[in-house]
Parts: sequence; structure tokens; C-alpha cells
Amino acid sequence: MDQTTITRAFFGTSLAFHIIFATLAVGISFMILVSEIIYQRTKDKDYELMAKRWTKAFAILLGVGIPSGTIVGVQLTLLWPGFMKIVGQVISIPFQIEIFAFFLEALFMSIYVYAADRLSGKMRVLSVFFVSVGATASATLITSANTWMNTPAGFDMYADGTIKNVNTWAAFFNPSYGWAAFHVAISAFMAGAFAIASVSAYRYLKTPTQERKVLAFHRKSLFVSLVVGFVMSAITALSGHGSAQGLYEHSPEKLAAAEGLFKTQRYAPLSIGGYTDPTTHEVKYDIEIPYALSILAGNWPSTEVKGLYEFPEETWPPFYVHTLFNIMVGIGMLLLALSFIALAYWWFFHHKKQRAFPNWLVWILVASGPLAMLGIEFGWIFSCSGRQPWTIYGFQRTSEAATKAAHVGNLFVLFGFLYLLLSVLVVAVMRIYFKRNPLAKELAKRGDGHVT
Amino acid sequence: MLPEVIASFIVGVFLFVYAILGAIDFGSSFWSMYYLRRHTEAGVIANRFLSPTWEVTNTFLVLLVVSFVSFFPKAAFTLGTVLLVPVSIVLILISLRSAFMVFAYSVQSYQQTLRIISGIAGFFIPILLISALPVTQGPFIGIKNGVETLLTTKWLTSASTYYYMLFGLTSELFLSSLFLADYAKEAGKEETYRVYRKKAIIVGPVTLVSAILTLLVLEPEAKWLLDNLFDQVEWFVLSILFYLIGYSSLWWPDARSDSTGKPRVAVLLIVVQYMIASYAYASAHMPYIVYPYMTITTGFTGEVTFRALFWVYVVGLAVLVPGFYLFWRLFLKDRRYLRQEE
Repeated sequence: MDQTTITRAFFGTSLAFHIIFATLAVGISFMILVSEIIYQRTKDKDYELMAKRWTKAFAILLGVGIPSGTIVGVQLTLLWPGFMKIVGQVISIPFQIEIFAFFLEALFMSIYVYAADRLSGKMRVLSVFFVSVGATASATLITSANTWMNTPAGFDMYADGTIKNVNTWAAFFNPSYGWAAFHVAISAFMAGAFAIASVSAYRYLKTPTQERKVLAFHRKSLFVSLVVGFVMSAITALSGHGSAQGLYEHSPEKLAAAEGLFKTQRYAPLSIGGYTDPTTHEVKYDIEIPYALSILAGNWPSTEVKGLYEFPEETWPPFYVHTLFNIMVGIGMLLLALSFIALAYWWFFHHKKQRAFPNWLVWILVASGPLAMLGIEFGWIFSCSGRQPWTIYGFQRTSEAATKAAHVGNLFVLFGFLYLLLSVLVVAVMRIYFKRNPLAKELAKRGDGHVT
Repeated sequence: MLPEVIASFIVGVFLFVYAILGAIDFGSSFWSMYYLRRHTEAGVIANRFLSPTWEVTNTFLVLLVVSFVSFFPKAAFTLGTVLLVPVSIVLILISLRSAFMVFAYSVQSYQQTLRIISGIAGFFIPILLISALPVTQGPFIGIKNGVETLLTTKWLTSASTYYYMLFGLTSELFLSSLFLADYAKEAGKEETYRVYRKKAIIVGPVTLVSAILTLLVLEPEAKWLLDNLFDQVEWFVLSILFYLIGYSSLWWPDARSDSTGKPRVAVLLIVVQYMIASYAYASAHMPYIVYPYMTITTGFTGEVTFRALFWVYVVGLAVLVPGFYLFWRLFLKDRRYLRQEE
């Protein structure tokens, strides 16, 4: 492998690892906020306990999320010094504001976790609100830098690489920023909700039927997370559509690669599944829906969609982005359908006829959390692979951005082991903690639990 | 004043704040390990301080890196290339330490092992961090294939590097033991206070000697810095004066209790001492960020970005100050937190 590929693989691994924890931090802090609010309104103590237990899990996840975020932040400069040289001159503002959001999150997280017993109900909600705001703001601010890489704005670059006419705010609010930031935040809420739904569903299945208080607790948390998951996946689909129209307008080359479209055409079909054949330049084994791509891109069948032939072949993104794009959209749709079916079932059979949830459906719900996380990973990989061979589209190639220093490969191996170790440990710590503090015990401590 | 001077001042302030907070933070981690069995309460006090604060301290590290890259992107290019390996190792240590500290808090039964690992990591991090300082003086950077490269062997066999490391280590232990002495006193733990006071009394003079050695023993290529340092001599004298008063306050009588020493005065004066010395050191280092490759002018971002960043700082800090205040009241002042029994 050449230096650029190793650097990409290295940084990609760091990001893929960090994104899991960053997304869960945004999503779960939002869920904690939801359950704190429900508790303050209904005074149902189950929701208080829910918030408490989720916070515990959240704090353990942060034990990895904060260092991995620090790693990614510093590695940007270490591995992509050429890129950060331009970033520092043009678009450092979102990075800078992100630090303040990070401060907000860290400060109030400590306050919420270590001073909970000294805070009033309102102050508790307020602290967890700031945690959630901080986490969400961090995610949307950092997205600005990413969308700027896709649709650069706010500067001119001369042939010798010098930067002139910087307009920091135009760079910040670059053309594809709005929808993408919305999409990132909402999909993180979705992933957090489904992560909770997964665990609740699993625990619900594993609880013996005589432990009714425990079952009721899991049923409540499953219901809350399904409602949030459904609403958020619906908005995720909507914002994803907005982002895709943004691709049509501002990044046609990426959209063409995502759809495996080579010839510019009106009445373009949407191709689902299959793979892009690099020799014949067509998508094989796919399902084609006539006109659909044109309608999705510009709301009208006669919309002209640009194909890859419009662009020089040496800057085409890799063809596998078609598959990445399909997986991302597919998972999103699946989750939307799944949560809709579960809630419909709930309404018609459980709510109206007092019938229990069927086990097969709950088993499928167990898969929803990991699926959501995969969807997010594929989305990010799509966004960044679809920009190749550029780091800053049209301005800087990835090979120009990568570090020229030695030992990148060795460090990759070293960090690989670190991520592996932390992954194993975070799972082990979760298991040990929740085994030591089972729900039944905490319900009993509260005084109304049913202990067998 | 030139914008790049203001920018270097801002970055300098963040560097100073992180150096002090980091020294206390990593040092506390070390003491928490050191007193795990020897003196349980001293370990508990160190941990009580650490649990809510390490995250915030860590955020200052990210703030420092981001503000440096934002204000001096071209200098970040040089330093990022040269320091790839050492900074990566520091990152791994920081990650292990943070993760293990959180895990130790969650899983009480493995606490000892986890605390030992985070203590060891905490011990080494400041030593490694400060060893980057002599690199910016120039003697350890060579050009290989047109790329600025760290001359690792020369760097690791230079006496100067080790004096810096020694200074980092002693400062870490001195500042943290002073701070924990004060923290223990605030918590009303008289015995623990005496434990940390004793440590501060031992480490204090060693810190001063190592600081003076660090400044005087430099590589021949760094002679430019030594010459500049002599121009700042009055500042260094002033800083030693603050040190002497601060150190002596550990024996001042305290009217409120029957113990000797005013640790609060000591902490404040010693921090002022470091502030004066850092200012003098930084002034001598000017205008170079990395000698002779990068100055604050050649590494600078440009005025437009600078102005936007500047206002972001003003607004951002104004928004955060109430948060910091609340944080301070809850964890460094509130007796209910300080005096809880385990």
C-alpha cells in the first residue's frame, strides 16, 4: 500500500471507531433528556431509574468517546497536515465553536453525573439538556467541515497553493451544510433510540414472566425508544432526501457514482442493488425504477441528471460507493418500516386487546440498534469515499493532504490494537456493571420492586 | 499590536492553563496510585478531585490543539509532521488513562488494577508532552527527502531533552501535591493535608533546581534561545522570589486550625511563579514557533480568519463562564462533596 492509502485506512479506522461512541453520546443523551422530562411530568419513578441507568451506560461510553475524540482531533493534524494547513486558513471556526460545545457537554456531564443528588429536579433536566445540546452541537459543527470538503466555499486558491479572499462564514455555511447537519443530528437521535430499543427488547425477552415490575420497566423503555426511533427515522428519511437533492445540485459527480449513472439523461431511472461493472459501465443485477431518480433529484420526471461521462475519468469516485449508498438508504428504510410495524402492532393488539408483544417481533427489534449503527457507518464511508480522489473537492487531492512522515503503518497497527482493547474493555465493563447492579435489585432498593 | 502577536498570546495562555491543569490532573492520578495501599485516604481525596474534573481538563488539551491549528496552520503542518510518532504515543497513553479511570469508577472490584494503570500513564504523559519543547528549538529537526523530520536518536540521547523531562516530572509532582494539600485542607482532612504538604516540601526545591538546569543546559544549536533568555533575567529573578514566598507559606501559622501552613497561598503564588517564568521563556522564544523554520508570522492564518476566531473566543468564553463557576462551586467548594464519607 502507498502512503496515502495507509493514511486513509488509518484515519478511517480511527473515525469509524470514534463515530460509534460519538453517535451514541448524541443519541443516548437525547434519550436521557426525554426520560427525565417524562419523569418530571408523570412522576413515574421508572423513568427516573431509566435515566439513571442510561446515564451510567453513557458515562462508561464516554470513557472511550472522549479519548477517541481527542485522538481524532489531534490525528487530523498529524495525518493530514496538508489538509489542516488549508482548514486553518479557511474553516477553523466550526472546529473552534465545537470545542466550546464540547466544554458545555463535559462540564454539565460531570455536574449531572457527580452532583445529581445535590441538584433540584429542574436543574437536573437543565444539566442533561446542556449535555444533549453540547453533544448535538459538536456533531453538527464538525459536519460543517465535512460538507465544506464536499462543497468547498469561501476562499480562492492560486496555482501555487496560496489562499486568498477568505470568507470564513461563507465556508462555514457552505452549500451542502444545512441538510447534512440536520441529517447527522437526527440520524444520531435515531441510532441512540434504537440502541436503547435493542437492549430493552433483549432484556424484555430474557426476563422471566413472574418478574412483572421488571417486565413493565423494559416494556416502558422499549415503547419510549420505539416512538423516538420511529419519529427520528421518519425525519432521517426526509433529511436524507434533502441531502440527496443537495448532491444533485452541488455534487453531481457523487450522485452519479452513487447511482451508477454514466450517461447524462432526463427520465433517469433509480437503480437499487446490484454493482457497478467497471468495464461495461452499467449497474448489473439491480432493480430499476423508471423515472424515479429524476423525480427524487428534481421533483419532476423530466429533470436532467448528470452522468459520470460529464467528468474526467481520473476523478471518478470508486464504483463501490453505489453499494455503500444502497446499504445506507436500505437500512434507514428498514428501520422506519420496522418501528412503524412495531408501533402499529402495539396500538392494535396490545393497547386495544391487551395482548402481549409476540416474541418474533421483539427478536427483530433486538437487531435494530446494531443496524442503525451500521447505517450511520456506511453513510459516513459513502460521504468520504464518494469524494475521492479529493480531500477538498476540486482543490486538494487526498495524496497532497496526507503526511509525508515515516512510521504511519506502524502507528496504524499500534492504534488498531488500542481500539481493539478499548472495545473489548468497554463491553466487559458494561457487562460487569449491569450484572452487579441488576434492575431487580435497583427496583427493590427503591422499595417497590418485585424480587424473586 | 499585530494580530499574530495577539494570537500567539492566546495560544500561549491556553498552553499555560493546560500545563498547570494537566500537571495537577496527571499528578493526582499518580498520587491516587501511589497512596492506593500506603495511605488510603490520600488516595481517596486524589480520586474525589479527579472523577469530575479530568474530562474538563482533557477538553483544554483539545482546545489547545485546535486553537494552535486555527491560528498557526502552517506551523501546525511542520510540528504535526515532525512530532507524528511522539504525539501518537502520548495519545495512546492519554486514551488508556482516561478509559481506565472511567472504568475504575464503574467497576469497583477491579479498581486497583485500573487505578495502577491510569496512575502509570499519568506519570509518563507530562514527561512526554514537555519533551516536545526542546524540539521547537531546532536542534533535533533535519530535512529528509524535502520533509522536515525528527532526528529521533539525537533527540533521545540529548541531555537537554532529559532535563526537560525531569522538569516536567518534578513540576507535575510539585503542583499536584500542593494542590491536593489545599484540597485536603478544604475537605477538613488534616492528616491527608500533612501527607501532601510533606511531599510538596520535598519536591519543591528539586523542581527549582531542575528548572534552572533545564534553562541553562541547552544544545549548541539552541544558543539563540539562551542568549534571549539572559535578556529576560529580571523576570526569572522575580519568579524565584515568588517561589520563595510561596514555598515559605507552607510554614506560615494558620489562625483557623492548629496546623502549620497556608496551602491556598502556596498554590496561588507558585502558579504565579510559573506564569512569570513561562512568560519570560515564551518571550525569549519569540518570534519562533519552530526554530528556524517557522515564526509566528510565517505560520499565521491570516487576518480575516483571525478576526472571526477572536470573536468566537470572546462569545464562547462568555457563555461558558457561568458553567465553569457552577462547576467550581459544586466540586471544589461544596463541603457536601468534599467531605462525603466513602
